[in-house]
Amino acid sequence: MNQGINSQTDSEVSALGYPTLLVGGQESYESITQKIESLTFPEQHGKGWLLGFGVAFALVMILFLGVAYLFYWGVGVWGVNIPVAWGFAIVNFVWWIGIGHAGTLISAILLLMFQKWRNSINRLAEAMTLFAVACAGMFPLLHLGRPWLFYWLLPYPDTMGLWPQFRSPLVWDVFAVGTYFTVSLLFWYTGLIPDFATLRDRALKSWKQKLYGVLAWGWRGSAIHWKRYQTAYLLLAGLSTPLVVSVHSVVSFDFSVSILPGWHTTIFPPYFVAGAIYSGFSMVLTIIIPVRKIYHLENFITLRHLNNMGNVMLATGLIVAYGYLMETFFAWYSGEIFEQYLIVNRSLGPYGIFYWMLILFNIAIPQFLWVRRVRTHLLSLFLVALSVNFGMWLERFVIVIVSLHRDFLPSSWGMYFPSVNDWALLFGSIGLFIALIFLFIRFFPIISMFEMRELLAAKEEKS
Amino acid sequence: MNQSHDLFGMLAEFGDPHDLLEATQRAFAQGYRRMDAYSPFPIEGLAEALGYKKTGVAIWVLLGGLLGAVGGYFLQYYSMAVDYTFNIGNRPLNSWPMFIPISFELMVLSAAFCAVIAMLSLNRLPQPFHPLFYVPEFARVSTDRFFLCIQSADSQFDTEQTRDFLMRLNPICVTEVPQ
Repeated sequence: MNQGINSQTDSEVSALGYPTLLVGGQESYESITQKIESLTFPEQHGKGWLLGFGVAFALVMILFLGVAYLFYWGVGVWGVNIPVAWGFAIVNFVWWIGIGHAGTLISAILLLMFQKWRNSINRLAEAMTLFAVACAGMFPLLHLGRPWLFYWLLPYPDTMGLWPQFRSPLVWDVFAVGTYFTVSLLFWYTGLIPDFATLRDRALKSWKQKLYGVLAWGWRGSAIHWKRYQTAYLLLAGLSTPLVVSVHSVVSFDFSVSILPGWHTTIFPPYFVAGAIYSGFSMVLTIIIPVRKIYHLENFITLRHLNNMGNVMLATGLIVAYGYLMETFFAWYSGEIFEQYLIVNRSLGPYGIFYWMLILFNIAIPQFLWVRRVRTHLLSLFLVALSVNFGMWLERFVIVIVSLHRDFLPSSWGMYFPSVNDWALLFGSIGLFIALIFLFIRFFPIISMFEMRELLAAKEEKS
Repeated sequence: MNQSHDLFGMLAEFGDPHDLLEATQRAFAQGYRRMDAYSPFPIEGLAEALGYKKTGVAIWVLLGGLLGAVGGYFLQYYSMAVDYTFNIGNRPLNSWPMFIPISFELMVLSAAFCAVIAMLSLNRLPQPFHPLFYVPEFARVSTDRFFLCIQSADSQFDTEQTRDFLMRLNPICVTEVPQ
């Protein structure tokens, strides 16, 4: 697995990081298009695809059952109680919304910084954002208790003369997550228009020509159209960039505007944003490493991409570690006994094992990323990414549940145990996410074809 | 002037982005104006070679963003300070710092919609059919071929002369595009 990494990361990348080897091997415009297209129009359905989709689909069915059961009986089927009124639903919500952030980061921020290495991973990452945000958005709705009244959160002139409380971060959430999903969808679809045109022009079956023809909106690659397209795409990227920061900051306000020990911290917004990017990049790697292997995309997703993503994970992981450190430091420095007790309880209390697992999976194991061989070795990088996925879920568990279960008054302390329904919804949402990824691989170009052609043109320009 | 009304234009096919860029520049120097170049990916300087400078997208995004921000703030001000007042400890009803997040989100939302809608409508998309789609070779525009089309609407267009001119640019082939 390691062949050629040194030449790929050192000698053949210019001082400014200009990509000389972002397109490997001897590719042409035709061969790039043909290879990416062959994933969408394969000669026959892969058995592996069917098997993988089948497993994910079974999990989606569990999700449906879980949701139906929940809607019939109400949130009493969850392990939530007083004092732990925020259970798995909020843990999962914050976890999923964080996973979404890497997609926007890769697509938008790296585009603005002219980081050409984003091109072969951005499409998959954007799709991942959409699916993760869809999974995330589901949980607050389920958590409402009366989910059929979800529209009460939206501002509309109703006959009761009521408005939502716009000063509440929970209402900010509705706007932040809704905007994030919509803008991500626009960005993703705009990026897909020229590629839909390619699929339209190359499809052999009439119904596929029509389907992709409708999706391509009559795109014909006119130079003037491209010019406007590039402006719009760049502006969309510029608009999504502050969204990454704002969405997860708003999510962190849900916690930090309260006075609960463990939540009431000013470090929360940056610390949540860094954690979001951390978990997002780990999820991108978790998906991309197997996809690259199964579909033989080594020429498009080179070891340099994996190496770079490993570096981003390492950097954001260190910011997260700094966040943990500051929480502890300020508990001591503030002199507040409730905060101090929280830190002791977090690491030595009944849920202490989760805290130490969090430190292991989120902080200790990712330190292996300092070693280049770990960043460029597929299996080790995959294992580190999995560990971070798990660690970030634990982080949200520790923040939500450990903080809630013991607050100011010992008489109101309690414990939280997740129910079967809680687990069903967690694994069901993971199944939904995987199923959507499988469908995406089957029906859409998973690598941006026109941007890969552009990269190739730049490569030929160089040589 | 031999105006041929049964033709949309004359289409030259190239195999390389540089050939297309050069051909476009020469056609512009020759005085052709009603023409367009087509490529499978954006080419630096091609739109400029066609004599095209401003995109007009950015101003719509700016207007959309302003509208979203002002509208979002007004929504909150009207509902919280005018229509449904809620006095908590005599704090100001127009508590503007609390209104910033939603104003910001609505600004981004509205600007993003404006970016996409402006791009599509200025490009006159969706356009399900275009005369160029009559030409079978044109299907490769989205894969690996580069095209220059001089339209019959151009004042200098002449079936024979334009074909000769295009042939001198070293194309792979030159095709007539029916109307």
